[in-house]
Amino acid sequence: MTAVYAGPVQRLIDELGRLPGVGPKSAQRIAFYILKLAPEDARRLAGSIVEVKEKISWCRRCFNIAEGELCQFCQDERRDRTVLCVVEEPRDIVAVERTQEFRGSYHVLQGTISPIEGIGPDQLRIKELLTRVRDDGVTEVILATNPNTDGEVTAMYLARALSESGTKVTRIASGLPVGGDLEYADEVTLGRAFEGRRTLDP
Amino acid sequence: MPGLYRDHGVVLRTIKLGEADRIVSFMTQGNGKVRAVAKGIRKSGSRFGARLEPTCHVMIQCYRGRELDVVTQVETVEAHRTLREDYNSFTHAVTMLEAVDQVAQEREPAPALYRMLTGALRTLDTTPSPVITPGFYWKLLSLEGYHPHLDGCVRCGAEEGPFVAFDLAEGGVLCPTCGRLGGRRIAPEALTFLSRLVGGELHLAMAEPPDPLHLLEVERLGIAALEHHSERRIRSANLL
Ligand SMILES: [Zn+2]
Ligand SMILES: [Zn+2]
Repeated sequence: MTAVYAGPVQRLIDELGRLPGVGPKSAQRIAFYILKLAPEDARRLAGSIVEVKEKISWCRRCFNIAEGELCQFCQDERRDRTVLCVVEEPRDIVAVERTQEFRGSYHVLQGTISPIEGIGPDQLRIKELLTRVRDDGVTEVILATNPNTDGEVTAMYLARALSESGTKVTRIASGLPVGGDLEYADEVTLGRAFEGRRTLDP
Repeated sequence: MPGLYRDHGVVLRTIKLGEADRIVSFMTQGNGKVRAVAKGIRKSGSRFGARLEPTCHVMIQCYRGRELDVVTQVETVEAHRTLREDYNSFTHAVTMLEAVDQVAQEREPAPALYRMLTGALRTLDTTPSPVITPGFYWKLLSLEGYHPHLDGCVRCGAEEGPFVAFDLAEGGVLCPTCGRLGGRRIAPEALTFLSRLVGGELHLAMAEPPDPLHLLEVERLGIAALEHHSERRIRSANLL
């Protein structure tokens, strides 16, 4: 698209247009919204972008977001460091924490292997995971990548990469959504649910 | 043509759309390549479930739209679960999907391409062999009118082997003299294997696969030829 607005406006549109999920039309709409903002509101928005870049970085151990060297989970002495839950993104940690089922530590891959996008293992924090497993006496690695194609491919790759470490590798169960009806389940999901069935204690 | 239609198709790729939807590309039996929106598919408990993941062979019902169609129903024909649960088979399958995605035209029926793809995926799922994917690349190239010339040097016409290189632009082999001026180096054993593949001896080749190094050369050359032909990179090939 050619530049049609005065310098600063076009620059803002271009910057906004780089954000995920924002196309040229939306970028233009947001830019004009910002133009109409009260100066203090615009300054607060700009300030929060600057602040997040200054104060927040990646935890040097698990690659979660962190204020400082280590994230809140890596700082917490009560978390079990021998059990690692591997997730795709920091937001997945929030989802796992909400279950209150997990007291171990995390490792954030910062993405997934994606054959379709040409994203391979080298573009993720996999080397760091293997180092942690080797050096920190990890006894179990729980693979909590998403149950979609890229998440499964990543889990398969990790299972293979970790096979020589001697560490127990587990995959979170996938199957029927709670509250769903059996008759609507697809074959793959239902097949997985059968494989992952468990004994009910009377 | 507005309205509903039903067709068989293989899921080539999916792209996120908005908060909960995906655009799914299919290689269909009767409608060529189709792009359709699957609404709400990213919510857990979606009625589409895992039926619209790449490599799935499905029966779809869609509503015809101006640019994008809308998926209204999906039934599984072949889930290809074994293939999808093996890293090696799956990454190879994805390169085939990507190659098809590049050559297929939207809404232009290409039943032969559809048949080739479903056949290759089925074989990879039931009787995996490293020969299937290279065999598919070269069959696809032939179907696209890029049948490799393997019986004589494409520059000087020399009919006596051995040939030592492959010229992507000319689509054939080069003799040692012409090979010195360009082309991709390739072992004579790899070329022998290639002529078996394009000669339709896939089953024989599967029964006695060649040396892995020569197989890899034929696979790499196939990818290079596809990329040359479509003028686009096959990104998933990075993972092989
Ligand atoms: Zn951390
Ligand atoms: Zn020659």
